[in-house]
Amino acid sequence: MMISANLNTYLVIAAVLLVIGIYGMVQHRSLIGMLISSEFILNGAALNFMAFNSFVAPNPAVGQIYTLFIMGIAAAEAAIVVSIIIAVYRKYQSEDPEELQDMKM
Amino acid sequence: MIVFEYIAEILFYALVCLTFTGGIVAVRAKLLMHAVLGLAATLFGVAGLYFHLGSPFLAMMQILIYVGAVCIIIVMGVMLGNTPDQLAAKNLTGRNLPLALLACLTGFVSLFVATIIRTEFTVATEKVGDMSIEFVGENLLLQYCLAFELISVVLLTAILGAIILARGGREGKTS
Repeated sequence: MMISANLNTYLVIAAVLLVIGIYGMVQHRSLIGMLISSEFILNGAALNFMAFNSFVAPNPAVGQIYTLFIMGIAAAEAAIVVSIIIAVYRKYQSEDPEELQDMKM
Repeated sequence: MIVFEYIAEILFYALVCLTFTGGIVAVRAKLLMHAVLGLAATLFGVAGLYFHLGSPFLAMMQILIYVGAVCIIIVMGVMLGNTPDQLAAKNLTGRNLPLALLACLTGFVSLFVATIIRTEFTVATEKVGDMSIEFVGENLLLQYCLAFELISVVLLTAILGAIILARGGREGKTS
């Protein structure tokens, strides 16, 4: 049986994407690095939806709509986070998350 | 006919390698620009996986939205944010390394052993429709209209919020 026509393969790939995202989220020392890692987590979720959509689900449009929704959320999140990073950088002159100790702008 | 299946299988392996390599580059890179490059490689790989899953439409959307929009926004953030060099050098020797490894080991083992291996997913007995764009569009605009409207409101709010947050330009610089 072809490994690319198996549901578990895609689930493992999505789990690895999630794990890469968690690793980067914990280890990265800059806000933009953490933003990049969050994109990995979102992509793992979207790949999960697509895998279940094409192998299990009765209606093959639902998973695609979910994935489009996740893409829209990710675009909105990236725009917001980048503008927050610019505002934070203007205030603190730094991107190190550990230097951002108070929320007062 | 069988030759094409083997070619598709080889392409699948190549896409998985591209995805994982991009991920490792993105989390281990010293420069943030290289991390964005790794992210773009991963997104291309995932787009190819969508193609394998039978949805060319979503593969194109992935390349258009993620690689074309999100990565460019992040590159803008990198260039405007200007990470100092010593912070970039600290990126690899962060003291969070054991914690990060522990977190991902726990996450992967719990997902893999507890969920993926032990669960038997029941396949739906009858399927309606197909993976085509027409069917997706019909569902999106008729049955799942709320998701369509909701995502447009979310995007509008995000654009307004981004404008308000980043307003003021460089004259607001205080230190």
